[in-house]
Amino acid sequence: MSDLKSTAGYLDMDLLRFTTAGSVDDGKSTLIGRLLYDSKAIFEDQLDAIEKSSKSRGDENVNLALLTDGLRAEREQGITIDVAYRYFATPKRKFIIADTPGHIQYTRNMVTGASTANLAILLVDARKGVIEQTCRHAFIANLLRIQHVVVCVNKMDLAQWSQDSYNKIVDDFKKFASRLDNIVDITFIPVSALLGDNIVDKSVNMPWYQGPALLYHLETVYIGADENHVEARLPVQWVIRPHSDKWHDFRGFAGRIAGGVFKPGDKVQVMPSGFESTIKAIHTMDGEIKEAFAPMSVAITLSDEIDISRGDMLVKPNNPPLARQDVEAMICWFSSDKKLAGRGKYVLRHTTNEVKAIITEVRYKININTLRKIEDDLTFNHNDIGRISLRTSAPLIADSYKNNRICGSFILIDEQTNETVAAGMIL
Amino acid sequence: MIQDYTITHLKQLESEAIYILRETAAQFENPVLLFSGGKDSIVMAYLAKKAFWPAKLPFPLMHVDTGHNFPETMEYRDRFVEEIGAELRVASVQKAIDEGKVTEETGPYASRNGLQTFALLEGLEEGQYDAALGGGRRDEEKARAKERFFSHRDAFGQWDPKNQRPELWNIFNGRKQHGEHFRVFPLSNWTEMDIWQYIKLENIELPNLYFSHERNCFIRNGVVMGVTDFMDLLPEEQESVKKMSVRFRTIGDATCTGAALSSAATLDDIIDEVAAARQTERGTRADDKRSETAMEDRKKEGYF
Repeated sequence: MSDLKSTAGYLDMDLLRFTTAGSVDDGKSTLIGRLLYDSKAIFEDQLDAIEKSSKSRGDENVNLALLTDGLRAEREQGITIDVAYRYFATPKRKFIIADTPGHIQYTRNMVTGASTANLAILLVDARKGVIEQTCRHAFIANLLRIQHVVVCVNKMDLAQWSQDSYNKIVDDFKKFASRLDNIVDITFIPVSALLGDNIVDKSVNMPWYQGPALLYHLETVYIGADENHVEARLPVQWVIRPHSDKWHDFRGFAGRIAGGVFKPGDKVQVMPSGFESTIKAIHTMDGEIKEAFAPMSVAITLSDEIDISRGDMLVKPNNPPLARQDVEAMICWFSSDKKLAGRGKYVLRHTTNEVKAIITEVRYKININTLRKIEDDLTFNHNDIGRISLRTSAPLIADSYKNNRICGSFILIDEQTNETVAAGMIL
Repeated sequence: MIQDYTITHLKQLESEAIYILRETAAQFENPVLLFSGGKDSIVMAYLAKKAFWPAKLPFPLMHVDTGHNFPETMEYRDRFVEEIGAELRVASVQKAIDEGKVTEETGPYASRNGLQTFALLEGLEEGQYDAALGGGRRDEEKARAKERFFSHRDAFGQWDPKNQRPELWNIFNGRKQHGEHFRVFPLSNWTEMDIWQYIKLENIELPNLYFSHERNCFIRNGVVMGVTDFMDLLPEEQESVKKMSVRFRTIGDATCTGAALSSAATLDDIIDEVAAARQTERGTRADDKRSETAMEDRKKEGYF
């Protein structure tokens, strides 16, 4: 692989965030380790250090989990406490991996890792086929609206490089995935993470496989259409008022674009007030720009003086979001100390806005192993996923999560402890 | 025509950091940006300027000053702060020592690193800051790999890594009880290479310590260290003193920041060197070598 010496190339790279799901023994660490090592993201002193620790712990092979499981408790107990972020780059792309562990805290962590990911890698052991866990991972990826899924059929070396084993897994997974409507593209790759087949280089052991190696796919998968570039949304984060002679009347509505395209001269509407105005300019420190789209951070000035503050949203009048106080949502419950119960009151954070919310109905939970609804036990414990209704103290300016991940998501916060107790996706 | 609405990864990282900086200003009453004069805090302060431009920074900068600085760092600090029009506060380790609040380690391996935590926490308390922005990156060190963007600290400034708030999408929960505070890390997702490429892209001036220069150095535990007035040298170290061509990959307290033998005199040279490097930048930090979980232990106590 060529290295990253060329600055020109580095400045052209885009970014892919992906999450990996799998349990301890399906080769996930080996797969990630290979990607990191082959792209030179692991350094000598890091490798030396984990070789030393692996040996002293009595591990047979170099335990790559030790690269990021640096906390004392993790090393002592041999577990991963939460999402570990790892970084590597090739001359084409920079990658952020949200690597989530496979034990009981799994759901909460995978939901967290998946919330910012464009792509999910699901590992399937070629000898075991599609198992309950594979379906659970795919369900969560779909729930969090990860549009690109790569199913790595691993340990092909132990399955005699068998095309039949691979084809059966592809068929089984496709049958299951037909119910997952958010996933727009599924790629299947037969690999051996241990031996490196179809990871960076194409395998010579599986001439029947016509597709790309994993790294090539990660480098080239098109994610430009993932964002909603139609419905314009700018949640206002901060109002910039310089109070200086030069910028006397400047009032810049600053925030990160959450959808659509804004241009100077565009008509915009302020939600929830409904006032309309026109974009005077889009400012950055590097100068005014001609258009702004997600995920750019900008400051917008308007032609009219309108009272706008944090929590408001700039949108376009032809496709505004809904203002709603009654919200239907899927949630994942995070708290291990407190359970969700009907009529519970929470602080709800949505975009840059904060309101109070009361749970009006708990509709059902989902058994994430069978994907069946549970309607007789409605108490949400740690890691439970299900559907609720809630009412807010003031209208949310929101889209459905399906239409916009940023404007359709929220968190619930416990008022006493200030802990984040749930993540929600608006239906 | 279908237009391609994508931005480069550096612009995405920039946009994310600006979002975090604005979120910090909005969610906290009294934030402060910790500025060491090192490249990461320089990039962070520069991004803060971008985030609030054309207004000034809505928070001051604070330098935790161990008193063991390379003089170049101080010159650069004062010039930089003036240029971006920010206010500077100094939390001084020397002052804490003079006032008898802390006792200095002695002997040749004496380091003021531990005392930094005291000065930092006292500085935060004095200013009643409820959020401290730091330039830490997750790729730097394994205890930092699990850091949140918004990292909660209890009333004693301590970090509880097992009890961190999950961070989803771009929603950050900065709610806290009285007396607690947050550390905020806008550069969490940047790598060392990203920092260097961004410095080049944006043409940001750096202290000349980062570039190759001649300096009197000696070898300690296999690490090249600059000779300064603050360090006692062992006899065999005395013997190893000679002029070397070095540069620093990180800039911290002069007594524990190692140099790298290098002839990289320009940003392009440095980028080539970083690309070819087989050692992490913190490999030259003596403070991390004290034990396998040295960083975590310091962080739990309130270090950065």
